Amino acid sequence: MDFNDTPEEAAFRAQVRAWLQKTAPAHAIAPGQSLSDAEQVSRGKAWQRAKYDGGYAGITLPKSLGGRGGTIIEAVVFDEEESRYNLPKGPYIGIGLGMALPVMGKHGTEAQVSQFVDRTLKGELTWCQLFSEPSAGSDLAAVRTRAVADGDHWIINGQKVWSSWAHHSDWGILVVRTDPGVAKHKGLTFFVIDMKTPGIEVRPIRQISGASDFNETFLTDVRIPDSWRVGAVGDGWACCMTVLMGERLSQGEEGKIASLMAYAAETPTASGTALDESATRLSLATAYAEEQAQNYLQARLRTMVSRGENPGALAAMMKLSYASRLQKSSAIAMEIRGAGALATETSDAQTIELWDDYIWSSALRIAGGADEVLRNQIAERVLGMPGEMRADKGVPFNELK
Amino acid sequence: MKGEDRVNFDLSEEQKLLAEQARGLLAAHAPYDRLRELVDSGAEWDEALWKALCDMGLPGARIPEAYGGFGLTDLDLGVISEELGRANASVPFFSSIVCAADAIAAAGSEAQKLNWLPGLASGEVVAAFASAEGKAGWLPQKPGVIFRNGRLTGAKLPVADAGLASLAVVQCRAEDNEALALVHLDQPGVVRTRLKSFDHLRAHYRIDLNEATAELLPAGGASVISAVMDRAAVQAAFEAVGAAEACVMMGRDYTMGRQMFGRPLASYQAIKHKLADILMATELARSSAYFAAWAANEAPDQLPVAAASARLTSLDALAAAARENLQVHGGIGYTFEANCHFYYRRERTLALTLGPKDYWAARLVGGVRAQANKAA
Repeated sequence: MDFNDTPEEAAFRAQVRAWLQKTAPAHAIAPGQSLSDAEQVSRGKAWQRAKYDGGYAGITLPKSLGGRGGTIIEAVVFDEEESRYNLPKGPYIGIGLGMALPVMGKHGTEAQVSQFVDRTLKGELTWCQLFSEPSAGSDLAAVRTRAVADGDHWIINGQKVWSSWAHHSDWGILVVRTDPGVAKHKGLTFFVIDMKTPGIEVRPIRQISGASDFNETFLTDVRIPDSWRVGAVGDGWACCMTVLMGERLSQGEEGKIASLMAYAAETPTASGTALDESATRLSLATAYAEEQAQNYLQARLRTMVSRGENPGALAAMMKLSYASRLQKSSAIAMEIRGAGALATETSDAQTIELWDDYIWSSALRIAGGADEVLRNQIAERVLGMPGEMRADKGVPFNELK
Repeated sequence: MKGEDRVNFDLSEEQKLLAEQARGLLAAHAPYDRLRELVDSGAEWDEALWKALCDMGLPGARIPEAYGGFGLTDLDLGVISEELGRANASVPFFSSIVCAADAIAAAGSEAQKLNWLPGLASGEVVAAFASAEGKAGWLPQKPGVIFRNGRLTGAKLPVADAGLASLAVVQCRAEDNEALALVHLDQPGVVRTRLKSFDHLRAHYRIDLNEATAELLPAGGASVISAVMDRAAVQAAFEAVGAAEACVMMGRDYTMGRQMFGRPLASYQAIKHKLADILMATELARSSAYFAAWAANEAPDQLPVAAASARLTSLDALAAAARENLQVHGGIGYTFEANCHFYYRRERTLALTLGPKDYWAARLVGGVRAQANKAA
């Protein structure tokens, strides 16, 4: 066991650090600077382009696909160093790199690879994910959006939801039902879709945070060529699994709890600071200990991946642990400030960030695998406990109630 | 091997083998029925098991080779502690090896180390670690036991394994400073009285010292004692992780085998989600313990925060595991014939030995704030 960089890793880190020092400041968002959605996307694209030019776009992507062909640990080192700067990164870039490219690499045709991979790596194409539907959230395979073959084209009708940044995306990854006459997992097919295709309408959702970065996406008689299909007809579920695998291995934000401790230490009480109080100290110390533990669990999972082992449902622990901790610890931090966190001056960025964390944590416990779904996965796949009783097992989709 | 070693946050092949051997030995010598026998007979310890552990050389794992040990790391020792926790072993490993031998190795003179460590490494000598003073806490800031002119006076309680030990490392006050003294327990100035222990598999004593002959460990000041506590907290975390994993697996196996309302008890989400949460807590605690053990040898400046983190996560994991394992067993879990109660009691022992969570929370916060102030 060794938690230090090996000589090769240390050399890579030094190289990355030097490159970032030279390149990152021009792209970083200044503290307190607020950007419109459009500005964020254009700044995000520019930063991705800079990474491409520096040879750091798609670090783990094979060289044959235009990536760096590096190791997972190199990607981790790069992320660690990159996170020292407040750079414009968002789902519009992340979905392309983390979801669209892996699925294209594994299931796509040569033509698709050459059409999309390089331009996505360069930040020229932004992507959104058209998976969830009003009646298909945790039960994703229950999607109802239909694709019907029409010669060498498909006609798509239906509604997608929670499509982050779809309003600023060039392309989407889409899963739809092509055969309602078979069991639900078997009748799905995977596509990429140009978001400017006629018949697509993106409507922003007003979220509890006040922002609208999620959308509803309506597809009405959308006609797309069969060349946008990824994988075989009926293989959509396998493509979805490839996409979702990449989602969970890294989760969380380093230093979150230490900043809450600093916040407590700056909150005066009658006898000292809030951090001197036993109950506060114990709850923040516990959260800090769990945050550290999660970093080291992540390190263990990366070790497994680097050896070609599949951490499987152990990876579900990353998000399950982080989301609840974010919710609990930001609530505690608000209580530490008491009335001071009830309402504050608009200049009090520290408290406002706490509010945002508390609000966002409620979405995080649901998105990308709800807590309850993840607990089932851990119990079934790690502990080998029985699966859920399924009323829909083996039943053709069009016969489900 | 080179390529494989690029990212390595896992145990080595040797460590996995060590774990397997220790686990096999414990399963053979200390099955649950053996624990029941020990409780029934009021035994202080499992002497036969200790002998078997000594034959395998385990007590000497971390003691330097120059003093009769194998000079292995804190992580190697942790592998052994985890298995002892899994088996709920009734042996003085924590007292004699994790605490007392470490204190002598860290604070003793060359002569003291040559004199005592080989016997501790072979297991022929057993030492107790006497720091607690009842309600004053596990590690009193101002110990009531005083060292003066080669003599120790005062009372320590509870002290685990003091009945079978021939030697004790005693935390005390010498010229108003925190210090460590070595004392032979078989001498007129020492009276040992067995206390009633909450955990039937770990005997505790009160030690009354009345002008007992003793010698100081020359480097035994506050900072060395603090580091000994950190390393002990790491080993206790491994013990808790082993025990917690045993509870998760016991709960799973029992509920898989029991039918309720026409289906396995394990198929209910109320049960699955409980065990998934506990498994997650256990894996988080294990990850912390790995890092802290690594830091003990490779990054000592990170040890105080890492040890406190490992302690807090491991105690929370074991508390949930021990309680919910008994819960999912239902009524049978409340019987002596079931095995849940061994862990239900051991959990409290681990939680109170070395000081409660609040004490370690203060150590953690102190360490994190010191790092923040240093960075600022």
